[in-house]
Amino acid sequence: MSTEVISQIDVDRTRGDFSYPEQHTFDAGTGLSHATVDYIAEVKQEPDWIREFRHKALDVFLSKPMPTHWASKDLENIVFDNIRYYLANSQRPTRSWDEVPDDVKRTFERLGIPEQERKFLAGVEAQFDSEAVYSNMKKALGDEGVIFVGSTEGLKEHPEIFRKWFGKVIPTGDNKFSALNSAVFSGGSFIYVPPGVKVKHPLQAYFRINAENFGQFERTLIIADEGSEVMYMEGCTAPKFETATLHSAVVELVAMKGAKIQYVTVQNWSANVFNLVTKRAIAHEEAEVKWIDCNIGSRLTMKYPGVVLKGRKARGEVLSIALANNGQHQDTGAKMIHAADETTSNVISKSISIGHGRSTYRGQVYIPRHLKGCKNNTECDALLINSTSRTDTYPAITVRGSRNSVQHEASVSQVSAEQIFYMQQRGLSEAQAMSLSVNGFVNDLVREFPMEYSVELKRLIDLEMEDSVG
Amino acid sequence: MSLVIHNLHARVSGGQEILRGLNLEIQKGSVHAIMGPNGSGKSTLSKVISGHPDYEVTSGEVLLDGVNVLAMEPDARARAGLFLAFQYPVEIPGVSNANFIRAALQARLKDGEELDAVDYYGDLYKEMDKLEIPRTFTSRSVNEGFSGGEKKRNEVLQMAMLKPAYAILDETDSGLDIDALKIVAAGVNALRSPSVGMLVITHYQRLLDYITPDVVHVLVGGRIVRSAGPELAYELESKGYDWIKDALTEDVHSEELAAV
Ligand SMILES: Nc1ncnc2c1ncn2[C@@H]1O[C@H](COP(=O)(O)OP(=O)(O)OP(=O)(O)O)[C@@H](O)[C@H]1O
Ligand SMILES: [Mg+2]
Repeated sequence: MSTEVISQIDVDRTRGDFSYPEQHTFDAGTGLSHATVDYIAEVKQEPDWIREFRHKALDVFLSKPMPTHWASKDLENIVFDNIRYYLANSQRPTRSWDEVPDDVKRTFERLGIPEQERKFLAGVEAQFDSEAVYSNMKKALGDEGVIFVGSTEGLKEHPEIFRKWFGKVIPTGDNKFSALNSAVFSGGSFIYVPPGVKVKHPLQAYFRINAENFGQFERTLIIADEGSEVMYMEGCTAPKFETATLHSAVVELVAMKGAKIQYVTVQNWSANVFNLVTKRAIAHEEAEVKWIDCNIGSRLTMKYPGVVLKGRKARGEVLSIALANNGQHQDTGAKMIHAADETTSNVISKSISIGHGRSTYRGQVYIPRHLKGCKNNTECDALLINSTSRTDTYPAITVRGSRNSVQHEASVSQVSAEQIFYMQQRGLSEAQAMSLSVNGFVNDLVREFPMEYSVELKRLIDLEMEDSVG
Repeated sequence: MSLVIHNLHARVSGGQEILRGLNLEIQKGSVHAIMGPNGSGKSTLSKVISGHPDYEVTSGEVLLDGVNVLAMEPDARARAGLFLAFQYPVEIPGVSNANFIRAALQARLKDGEELDAVDYYGDLYKEMDKLEIPRTFTSRSVNEGFSGGEKKRNEVLQMAMLKPAYAILDETDSGLDIDALKIVAAGVNALRSPSVGMLVITHYQRLLDYITPDVVHVLVGGRIVRSAGPELAYELESKGYDWIKDALTEDVHSEELAAV
């Protein structure tokens, strides 16, 4: 693969499918054991409570069966012994792009990250394999008390906040992969926004897998204190390797009274990545949490962002788009756990299945009997492009008591050969015709997304359609 | 410069032959009309020329200004200047009419060239006004929920915007009320020029009062069986197709006799 500096347009064509030769100062080796955990804790010079947390988590991971009784059998094809769990060159991210090692910097330049930072971001963290290599935030935000660092730094420098919330939203044993992450996590972001502070521009993290046979296990914790507001955007890519790569993150959000968190994911994994991510938020009184989650690429994605609506009048929202191309399975959904009166949740899921691609929606909405004035709206729309595609919907809605209301709608539509032909007759290529249909299908949802994100999304959809027609 | 269809045989993939040795030449600047009974193959002809995947060409040629288009993808044929106004325009949910036409125009530009949005909307509104299509139709999804007549007008709008070299109008007059027929005919006539060839498929002589063809063809059983001037349309209007079919059987008989 060529290593010369290429323009932004070439980056678009190759969609992150490039890598530079690796060299790692820190390498936990291949396979997973308590020794791996010790190595990571050692290298990161972690306090004992974290080391113990990791070891316990590993035991939980080892004791839990694969959830193949309900999830895809493809999970059995993950060979945990073949994976490398920790690869890093340094334990400290730099604060300036100039200090980032050349090959790593080139990678992020090809992905357009420094440019985006200059244009519209309030802060950026760039993770390369296991650790952040770059992390920076506009000075003014720091002056207001906003913290935006990697999880390692968060743990070391802000233990009082970190420890209070870490692992509280998503317990280790939530599922097999949250346990795995808890055992070997590294990287990810730690954000704290003090009461009343409204961060106007997005904070962005970029996760890049560069090494083959590698597992990325970032851990993100965001706390928005009373009445504060923050938007976080994450992007992810990996080169296309022959062998499977594992990405298994845990993301915990805490929105205190009246706070607002928007969490936006632009995921563009290559088709060899198992993407098994646990994301959940707690929303306190009158707080609002919105997950905007777009899953493009990967071999298998399993991800069900959730909100525990813990305080009166809390609001939770999941807006998600999943695009399953040939050979891919997007198993996505949302969880809304109502735990206080007058809480509302909204789930809108749009899935697109192309060729042999497969999409599954799994939803869970829970409103117990003793609550009143709770509302949920769930909408699942599936678009099938050609007949071999497959889509399944499993909306589990448990609403007890008569003082709460739910609304559920689902639809399946097809892009027919007649529609494609009609568009082709007007001069659009097959890929363009499909893009137009897909963009049309997701359009009303994308309108709710931040501007920069919708542009990126449209571009990714175009690329994916080009791929699908070969 | 012409669209030449030479000895065209086509069938539904793996099925029965529908076009059975069809010949036709449409010069640029001329308007040809095709009439023929239901099921005779008129729409099939238009779809085969434009590359519909349901049909298989078993022999023959379609030449667009000398270039054989049968090996080209439907979109390449369209960009080469071929336009088909569909008998049954397809609905495309979620894609607005304005975006659709814009994408179609953009697809005709070179890489890196960008359609000017202001000019585009200027042109679009002008053409919509001519066809008396309300502005609200720019933001509505392509053909979705359009009435039969609105769909047909929308086809003509697209044709006007895309400025084809050869246009096939498949029963664009069907389903139009009298006023709409005049509007659409005026729209089509406005596009008549020495650089455009048109093939108008219709069941009704009435349309040809507004769009005067140079030649009228009769298509029966997948072949052109008669070609003459506009007067042929009147004859068909009063006599129907039976007399042609009868004459045809006689032809076949005499062919058979000659073969013996
Ligand atoms: N995709 C298809 N599958 C099966 N049969 C087809 C298909 N397309 C066309 N046919 C058949 O071919 C014949 C010609 O159809 P076509 O639509 O070309 O007729 P037409 O001349 O346009 O008729 P009309 O005046 O009713 O529009 C009909 O018998 C029709 O049923
Ligand atoms: Mg027809």
